[in-house]
Amino acid sequence: MSLPGWLTVERRPAPSAWVVFGISFAAIIAALVAAGIFFQAYGVSPFRAYGDILRGALGSELGLTETIRRMIPLLVIGIGLAVAFRALFWNIGADGQLLIGAVAASGIALFSGIPDPLLIPAMFLGGFLGGAAWGVVPAFLKARLGINDVITTLMLNYVAISIVEWLIHGPWKGPTMRGFAYTDKFPAAAVLPTIATTRIHWPTLLIGLVAAAIFFLLVQRTRLGFEIRVVGENPYAARFSGISRTKVTVLAMVISGGLAGIAGVGEVAGIHHMLLGPSHISLGYGYTAIIVAWLARRNPLAVIVTSFLFGVIMRGGDVIKVSLGLPFQLVNVFNGLILFFLIGSEILMRYRIRIGRREAA
Amino acid sequence: MTWESWIVATVSRTLAYGTPLLLATLGEIYAERSGVLNLGVEGMMVVGALSAFAVAYTTGNPWLGVLVSAAVGGAFSLIHAFASVTLRANQVVSGLALTMLGLGLSGVLGRRWEGWPLLTPVKEVSVPVLGKIPVLGPALFEGQNLLVYVGMALAVVLWFVLYKTRIGITIRSVGEDPATADSLGVNVSRVRYLCVLVGGILAGVAGGYLSVAYRPSWTDGMTAGMGWIVIALTIFAFWNPLLGMVGAYFFAMLFHLSFRLQAWLAPELLKTMPYVFAIVVLVLVSKGTLQKRMGAPSALTIPYSRGED
Repeated sequence: MSLPGWLTVERRPAPSAWVVFGISFAAIIAALVAAGIFFQAYGVSPFRAYGDILRGALGSELGLTETIRRMIPLLVIGIGLAVAFRALFWNIGADGQLLIGAVAASGIALFSGIPDPLLIPAMFLGGFLGGAAWGVVPAFLKARLGINDVITTLMLNYVAISIVEWLIHGPWKGPTMRGFAYTDKFPAAAVLPTIATTRIHWPTLLIGLVAAAIFFLLVQRTRLGFEIRVVGENPYAARFSGISRTKVTVLAMVISGGLAGIAGVGEVAGIHHMLLGPSHISLGYGYTAIIVAWLARRNPLAVIVTSFLFGVIMRGGDVIKVSLGLPFQLVNVFNGLILFFLIGSEILMRYRIRIGRREAA
Repeated sequence: MTWESWIVATVSRTLAYGTPLLLATLGEIYAERSGVLNLGVEGMMVVGALSAFAVAYTTGNPWLGVLVSAAVGGAFSLIHAFASVTLRANQVVSGLALTMLGLGLSGVLGRRWEGWPLLTPVKEVSVPVLGKIPVLGPALFEGQNLLVYVGMALAVVLWFVLYKTRIGITIRSVGEDPATADSLGVNVSRVRYLCVLVGGILAGVAGGYLSVAYRPSWTDGMTAGMGWIVIALTIFAFWNPLLGMVGAYFFAMLFHLSFRLQAWLAPELLKTMPYVFAIVVLVLVSKGTLQKRMGAPSALTIPYSRGED
């Protein structure tokens, strides 16, 4: 690439938080403009579409609470992905981990016979363990056998989908559901409380907010957080300083898979009150949360902000489905575009263009 | 069922299902050999499938559909090439973004084509003379479409190019040691762009095969994870086109045979077979010292920039 002589491209020293924020913000705006062009080409006014999305997601009490409802799983999963991505473990399998968490919670809710007051805590614990177990398999395969994590985590998504399908069509099909492919309704003691008449199941939201703080401290201040960073950034240094790659990878995936499992508990116990079709339990939260974590620069606290932003986008998908008759799949177009512009803009964080000739080194 | 007809059915279903896997795997092998991991295969396949169907449905010409799917898949792959080669962005994330974009766009744009059968699919051909050989004839040379043979021929040609020609040496050197290739006058960026483009074209055609030949119709998300199986196949082919052919057909055969377990296993669980196989096979090929000798291209996923880092 040749530039006019009075412009120089030079390496930027570690970019400040404001530079990162500014560039990320500009990237999102650019992605929204690109999506606007797509709207226009599709024959929908982009101004009308964005107006509808903003009004529908933020402009009313119902809209805002529905946005938060969508934000909850993104928040909980996003924190875990931020941790996994720090260890450079590509957990693309959060959707499957979420489903296995939902399966574990449903099994406990329907069949365990645990006394009422302990039922919800047991479901959260079971969901965490289920999601963690689903996530630890690829962690072991990568740490021990060097097997590509993207592929294994993704393949296990499809396996988890089929397990849920099998359960609701087969052994767990609810006798009281008149032939529909659902389990029976959860007993009342297994249903999460919500804020007033909204669908905000606050226990899950609270877990998410507390987890954001805890894991922020974990990655910034603890020995394990340090080891996770070293394994991610410099596996050779990790080996020579005696850090166990297997231990660190597995722990990062216990956290990541476990949190995704908790998101699954929230969806079945807080929203649906039964186990149902996988595409109803998760609208691709596990995939959207990848962008949530990436945009947050793998910082668990920043995930609170970015998960809200993507809550708006997912709610926006609901809104324009109704107001403009566009398929919910549009959310994936937004997601893909935002992700492209984000990673494309990262070169601006590493380099800057300056006016003036390069000084002799 | 006689054993002859059993073999004929197994082989012919294996070829039919293995062909899209083979085409896309060959493309991904080329992209990765040049040092670019493209996780957007699923996205490129699905836009290829939709565009092929839309064109074939509108014009009545399935081959025009296949041609367009090649162009659309190729164009789509250039987004990834731009992000990962020119902007040196993270290849894992860029590929995922491509898949999201492809699934999203095809989901939105494909809604009007949903559920219409294609009345003019790619026709089946029978090879004269060879089709008359007992058992093998009907298995290999009857009732398949041309793309099946195109896939086989491509595997051989692409193997030859990669290992026996100058172009192949150039591609492999760019994937192994771009700095040295650069110093010898190879344009690293151009080689990578072209290889990613080859990957996109083949993934597009693989998608087109699904919607105008294999199952002549369009349904949202009809690639159903095949693009990810392709990523796995590329690894267990050790980045070798001929082994890619063996892998794609072997995989397709396992997939087909698993349907014979229907009597014992719920259909929902049968659907997990390809994914479970993929993981199991990855575990098997990871064993031993094989990996050290026939591992991934050294510069895979590493962006190249001259004189830095």
